[in-house]
Amino acid sequence: MQFKSMIISNIEVSPGYFKMRMTAPPAVRSATPGQFIMVRVRDAIDPLLRRPFGIFDLGTFATAYTDCGTQTYFEILYKVVGKGTEMLSTLHQGDHLDILGPLGKGFMPGDPSGEKILVGGGVGMAPLYYLAKEMVKTSKVRLFAGGRNKEDILCITEFERLGVETYVSTDDGTLGASGLVTEVLEKHLSESIDNKTIFACGPFPMLRAIAAIAGRHDIPCQVSLEAYMACGVGACLGCVMKGRNHSNETPDYRCVCKDGPVFDYRDLQWD
Amino acid sequence: MGKPDLSVEVAGIKLRNPVMTASGTFGYGKEFADYLDLEKIGAIITKGLSIRPKAGNPTPRIVETPGGMLNAIGLQNVGIDAFIQEKLPFLRTVNTPVIVNLYGNTLEEYGELAEKLDKLPEVAGLEVNISCPNVKQGGIVFGTDPNAAYEVVSLVRESTIKPLIVKLSPNVTNVVEMANACVDAGADALSLINTLTGMAIDLQKRRPILANMTGGLSGPAIKPVALRMVWQVAQAVKVPVIGIGGIMTATDALEFMLAGATAVQVGTANFLDPSAAQTIAEGMETYLEENGIADVKELIGALIT
Repeated sequence: MQFKSMIISNIEVSPGYFKMRMTAPPAVRSATPGQFIMVRVRDAIDPLLRRPFGIFDLGTFATAYTDCGTQTYFEILYKVVGKGTEMLSTLHQGDHLDILGPLGKGFMPGDPSGEKILVGGGVGMAPLYYLAKEMVKTSKVRLFAGGRNKEDILCITEFERLGVETYVSTDDGTLGASGLVTEVLEKHLSESIDNKTIFACGPFPMLRAIAAIAGRHDIPCQVSLEAYMACGVGACLGCVMKGRNHSNETPDYRCVCKDGPVFDYRDLQWD
Repeated sequence: MGKPDLSVEVAGIKLRNPVMTASGTFGYGKEFADYLDLEKIGAIITKGLSIRPKAGNPTPRIVETPGGMLNAIGLQNVGIDAFIQEKLPFLRTVNTPVIVNLYGNTLEEYGELAEKLDKLPEVAGLEVNISCPNVKQGGIVFGTDPNAAYEVVSLVRESTIKPLIVKLSPNVTNVVEMANACVDAGADALSLINTLTGMAIDLQKRRPILANMTGGLSGPAIKPVALRMVWQVAQAVKVPVIGIGGIMTATDALEFMLAGATAVQVGTANFLDPSAAQTIAEGMETYLEENGIADVKELIGALIT
């Protein structure tokens, strides 16, 4: 659906990273973790295209006006990387945004008795909080968070507040273990892989490494991908990834926006 | 005064209003069904079809530029057979003309596609793409040489009795020459412009951003070029002209009609606002009402120079 949202808050949570809370129509309550929205940053031709953001959190709050009951809100977590996100970071409470969503296919929760391993790299943490919030209701959840430095490690205390066991690593060792998040993950999995499922979001090289780990250990794994996209609804074909059976003779391109952004790692080619 | 008349006729296809969706920006129609009423727009033009499924180009395929975007999708499509089996059943349920955009790698493929599409009663007309800048064969090869354009349009003309629209490229020195060649070969209408070949560079990496190196520029940035070409071609040919290029609002669409377009196609605008085509059609109606114009046809070519 297409709707207008009012910004409730837009806070810098770490240098260069912002969390924005917005009002949402009640229909957005049906969004599943891993789905995303497309935001028109402003009503102008530059920037022209909408920007995609994973849904970080979704909830309701009681409005100040008793006759209005509860209002649905949702949050996005974003990094300032270019013109669009730069403009977004300057918006304030009370500003309005034009939004499409919820879009795409989210995470499949799977067997509740199994342990859920969440892996987030930098702003890849964005769709994992809402996922964790849903999963802790039935399952044991662990989070592996990685980044270049401590400033890339986002919202850890919020995960811990949910009861998620967290493991942090940074490339430069400024927070948590020193090294790649995939190394910490691999070490953890070497102890036991029983009934575990991986849910990952982050830069492509990280996801490729996680797909390789999942393959080696034969663990179910879902990845949430990022891509340049124009439409968000499967029309422009700008955001495609090679599917498992892709070849030039038998094209098997999957749209990140419509067939994803969450994929079973076995459904994609990782070369 | 009653409601103004927005209906127009292009190449024998009756449209309830002049707003069509541009090929390649509207999928096969269903993708947008949740966002607009497909029966409130003039026509749906589907993603360019080839004989066999086409993989398209490697990624990155799109990049935003000021006032526009570059794409190098490379005509990825499901192929004619899957189109008929998987896409056409939905389009059949929509009471709006469906025009199929097609392209071939060779002359023969253009003819073969036209023959196949000719048999489908659900297809109101064909739009021949001789102007895609993103594929090496087909597309632009036929779209920049008047003799080649004449040859391919003639072959398609012989292969179908359906209304035939030819989509022209702006990447030529003399667009009128191309237009005349297509009309001489039997085109019932011309649509223009397709995208302008462009490029974007990543300074940090010192590399082109698109995997294909170059792409097709679309969006508001190209509107002045498109208006100029539509104006030139509309004066030179006797067949209807369909204006395309950066149409974002009803105002844009009406400007194209003044320049001589009988109808318009909305492209890039669908990406940032999936209801754009309907909004533009409604905006045109409002303009006519507010200005006491009974019939949108009064505006076609009514530019005062």
